[in-house]
Amino acid sequence: MSTDPGGLTFLDRPNSYIGRSVPRPNARRLLEGRGVYVDDVAMARLGHVAFLRSPHAHARILSLETGAARAMPGVIAVVTGRELAEVCTPWIGVLGHFKGLRSAPQHALAVDRVTWVGEPFCAVVARSRAEAEDALALIAVEFEPLPAVVDMETALDPGTPAIHPDLGDNLAFERVLDVGDVDAAFRDAACVVEETFRFGRHTGVCLEPRAIMADWAAADGMLTVHHSFQAPHMMQDILAKHLSLPEGAVRVICRDVGGSFGIKVHIYPDEMATCALALMLKRPVKFVADRLESFQSDIHARDHRVTARMAFSAEGDILAVDMDDLTGIGPYSVYPRTSAVEANQVVNLTGGPYRHRHYRARARVVLQNKAPTCQYRAVGHPIATMVAEGLVDLGAARLGLDPFAVRERNVIRDDAYPCAGVSGIKLETLSHQAALAKLKAMMDYEALRAEQAALRERGIHRGIGLAAFIEITNPSAAFYGVGGARISSQDGCTIRLDPQGGIVAAVSVTEQGQGTEAIIAQIVATATGVPIEKVRVISGDTQATPYGGGTWASRGAGIGGEAAWQAGKALRENVVAVAGAILQADPASLDVRGGAVVDAATGTERMPLAELGRIVYFRPDTLPPGVQPEFVATRHYVPKDYPFAFTNGVQASYVEVDPETGFVRLLKHWCVEDCGTVLNPLLVDEQIRGGIVQGIGGALFEHCLYDADGQLLNGSMADYLVPMAGEMPDIAVAHVVSPTASSEIGAKGAGEAGTAGAPAAVVNAINDALRPFGARVARQPVTPEVVLEALGLI
Amino acid sequence: MKAPDFAYARPASLDEALALLAAHGGDAVPLAGGQSLITTLNMRLAAPALLVDLNAIPGLAGISEADGVVRIGAMTRHRDVGTDPLVRERLPLLAAALPHIAHPAIRNRGTIGGSVALADPATEWPACCLAGEATIVVRGPQAERRIAAENFFLGLYTTALEPGEIVTAVEFPVPGPDAVWGFEELSRRHGDYALAGLAATARRGAGGLTGVRLAFFGLADRPVLARAAAAAIEAGDVKGAQGALSGELDPPEDPALRPATRLHLARVILGRVAGRMLDKPAQDGVPHAV
Amino acid sequence: MPSDAPDRDTAVAREHAVSFTLNGERVRCQVPARTHLGDLLRGTFGLTGVHLGCEHGVCGACTVLVDGRAVRACLMLGVQAEGATIETVEGLSESGRIRDLQDAFHARNALQCGYCTPGMLVTAAELLAECAGEIPSREAIRAAISGNYCRCTGYHAIVDAIATTAEARAARETAE
Repeated sequence: MSTDPGGLTFLDRPNSYIGRSVPRPNARRLLEGRGVYVDDVAMARLGHVAFLRSPHAHARILSLETGAARAMPGVIAVVTGRELAEVCTPWIGVLGHFKGLRSAPQHALAVDRVTWVGEPFCAVVARSRAEAEDALALIAVEFEPLPAVVDMETALDPGTPAIHPDLGDNLAFERVLDVGDVDAAFRDAACVVEETFRFGRHTGVCLEPRAIMADWAAADGMLTVHHSFQAPHMMQDILAKHLSLPEGAVRVICRDVGGSFGIKVHIYPDEMATCALALMLKRPVKFVADRLESFQSDIHARDHRVTARMAFSAEGDILAVDMDDLTGIGPYSVYPRTSAVEANQVVNLTGGPYRHRHYRARARVVLQNKAPTCQYRAVGHPIATMVAEGLVDLGAARLGLDPFAVRERNVIRDDAYPCAGVSGIKLETLSHQAALAKLKAMMDYEALRAEQAALRERGIHRGIGLAAFIEITNPSAAFYGVGGARISSQDGCTIRLDPQGGIVAAVSVTEQGQGTEAIIAQIVATATGVPIEKVRVISGDTQATPYGGGTWASRGAGIGGEAAWQAGKALRENVVAVAGAILQADPASLDVRGGAVVDAATGTERMPLAELGRIVYFRPDTLPPGVQPEFVATRHYVPKDYPFAFTNGVQASYVEVDPETGFVRLLKHWCVEDCGTVLNPLLVDEQIRGGIVQGIGGALFEHCLYDADGQLLNGSMADYLVPMAGEMPDIAVAHVVSPTASSEIGAKGAGEAGTAGAPAAVVNAINDALRPFGARVARQPVTPEVVLEALGLI
Repeated sequence: MKAPDFAYARPASLDEALALLAAHGGDAVPLAGGQSLITTLNMRLAAPALLVDLNAIPGLAGISEADGVVRIGAMTRHRDVGTDPLVRERLPLLAAALPHIAHPAIRNRGTIGGSVALADPATEWPACCLAGEATIVVRGPQAERRIAAENFFLGLYTTALEPGEIVTAVEFPVPGPDAVWGFEELSRRHGDYALAGLAATARRGAGGLTGVRLAFFGLADRPVLARAAAAAIEAGDVKGAQGALSGELDPPEDPALRPATRLHLARVILGRVAGRMLDKPAQDGVPHAV
Repeated sequence: MPSDAPDRDTAVAREHAVSFTLNGERVRCQVPARTHLGDLLRGTFGLTGVHLGCEHGVCGACTVLVDGRAVRACLMLGVQAEGATIETVEGLSESGRIRDLQDAFHARNALQCGYCTPGMLVTAAELLAECAGEIPSREAIRAAISGNYCRCTGYHAIVDAIATTAEARAARETAE
């Protein structure tokens, strides 16, 4: 860890808030119902928009009759795709560094063809949402149904029509990786296990649905957009581009955001249309997705089928992995991040914790007439982890080895770093061995095995599942920027010292409940020496914060936090320089602690910041000649020496399977992870727990079910099952700390870890419970029906 | 999505309500607890012209016992049904079913009469009515009718209610001292609709069980009294009872669950409930906490 | 007759006058029949702590107290508020009635995005009131909030916060 010029490390500053479980200062407001989400922002002359969405998976729009709708009470405007296209230009979701990735131009409102059930193609703006919906019902549309490509398994068949004829076929992207001599490794292996894993398509189900309100003030030439979103500057850039406005004419404000998880970082047609409508109508327009259209139009994720095999030596060494991944992404690659990243991550991450040197992977990304998929929490991680960890357990069972021991034997040694993973990823410092050891003690693995065996005698079938994983955090420009996407990987923080000694910190990373603002406040308070109660944080406003990428891919604390640390240090240097001039002391002998300038050696107070502020702001005439205080400091940060800060962890799940009903009861869950410096244990632990439950959702419950015609069958919260409190286990969390040396604060991300490992741990536990029956499951979600089928009972 | 436009009236008497329903015919719908109806409206799956709110009508809620019958007013909220001391003592089956009905906030508002009138085949009260030999009391413009539960539930959301009729009460005969009961429901999550559910009653004597009534829910387009299976249970043949279910139940097609799976689950819960009713000295168990 | 006595409004109409007690205050307004209570509270009274997450009664974010009982505001019509006593998270906050619960949520970080939080607090408030000094088990707490969806926390911290509050209240009762 780097050393502070003041002679103290990041963690050791006096009155440091780092590593302390500081409750979130901005949470009080939320607890009193005083949050301000997009739908809570009052606005005069507001128009509410509702969209007509395609009832067909694929169809041509032959005619659209809107006259009756326009005549309905309260209707302000009815706008078709063709009309909207005159204001909003189409986009194509490709990235330059994904060679061969293809998609087609996508409009905010479909113009003459709809390509999934739920695609918007016409908008009604009315005085109320209810009136807009009343009018929607009177729009007459004539469709010519077109053949729908629904099943990803047949999307590439020669007889399957191409969704976009210009592309020739439905292959959007393919990546092949071949490292070492895979064929030889499998030929010489003592044991080869193989499995086909199926991952149900699921979606984010943020409790606050997507929401946007746009207000075009023609007199100012300013489009102000309130948006439930993770990346305000990205949205500003894209709105400016596609609405043909200068960048400075667009302001995006993201106040409280009711959950995001990667759902709210993509460009959605209905949201772009809402902004275009505000321009067209010269009045504010609001769109709040209802829950039914959320299921149809939020991005989906994880629709993968992976066939994979793993080669072992007789002693249990993993020798090689060979896998084939097929994923269906809907009719368009989503803009601007693209829908190829998930499969690419699966290739990069599978088997990432282990030491084998032979690896072959093929990933094919195909188009289909279902809702578009894109990056959702722990992109690709749960798939990669399930494939490798499922195979490790199969191998251990085949070889008669303990699954914990096989992992201990195969993980990359803690002293081997820095090194490269088998897929070519650069790993700075990980701690698989330490994490495994900590987990083993925490869960009392041996005792649990003994309990499992004893209960099995009594006909109670419990299972223990393990999942080691790696996690991508703190992405540099290697993620998107090098591919040509205007998504900032650098972030900034501006800190101002006010006359009474309070601090205002404006950051470009954003808050969706993770605790970003609390972390920034802790870091700023620590760096500047100001009590945290006197620090206020501003985020989520393109007009009020430095330019940056926002919060995604577990970058808020690690990247935004480092910018805040550097800005805080710079401000402190400015403060002690001015104080030194006033006090006629060497600035190097001064520090700021507890809101006062102190003698660094003794801690003796020399001057409260409020007194310094009084002089600087109100009596600058009394300052020594030549002293010009700068009580504002700005710093930016982007990781440069590694493309990503990889983290690691291991999870365990303890379940009980009812072999008659196929029901799975989650008894307990454990996670040990290493996100480097733990800035706030309270916040990190809850990130992990929340992520684990989100992963369990995919493992056991969540599934977007489509019929053969491409109709979504369970698009309501009554039918699409999310994890609820009654079924979730208590979760124990612990940490190993391996700070990254890329930054002074040493923090990596923690947002994906829970979701990355939980499904594999749970599914492995189920299979462990089922082992006496000779049954196993490999299809998520693992419903009672899947278990009963595996048991041969139905 | 917001509800379509409709008119609303809050009559202060049953006669007024019945008159409104009669005057507006099929365009009017009675509004009880609203926990299903308002959901349907909010999804624009129904567009009635008029909602006739029954919540202000005095005397439609409440529980009383007379002449060996427990009478539960139609507007009694789920939670009040299941927590009522009289119900807990006399009709513990209903108390056992309560925690399976949705969630606390829904139980606070939803009513037994509304649930019975809706006749959702995956819900608890209709099956409890069948198992408990309840009588559904209904009022129409002309007269009161009393319909045995067995004759009330006719199909998917379909009952013996005539247009313009309202359920006013559900009456359960008080079980005798030899009565036993069983309740089992499998749902994916707390409060979800049943994948398979069973409400059962019987009398237990020295020779085993008699008068067995097995009311399955979530296993057909209506709650089903499995008579052949009940006869097998009375004969002490649990396996035979399980086998008989394929002829008595008709599990629905469901995108998330095959009919064969539901049937399997029905057999499992029958085995469990029958085992408990045969073996245990007293009742199925203490009712769950609310 | 007091001027704020409820109108006896049995007319068939698409819009009705309603009067009720909202967070301790008597209020009156006109409301279209189709407007659900959640939209009425948010739109007419600015009580934006009533969150709409699904509008089909499943997510629990809109839960408010009606005559002391937790109810889904999206599954009650605004017009049905007539004569009722309704409390939202704003009212419960101002009265200080759930201050201990809010403190426990804050200390335990039992919220992240905050969108489920008002409904979660109202549901927990009803559970705690019913427990009347008894300490509910973790299973009972989980069952009580099983109709309130939270995507962020994984529920563990919420269960902790409710349990802590129940324990503190029970200890206070014992002490008194």
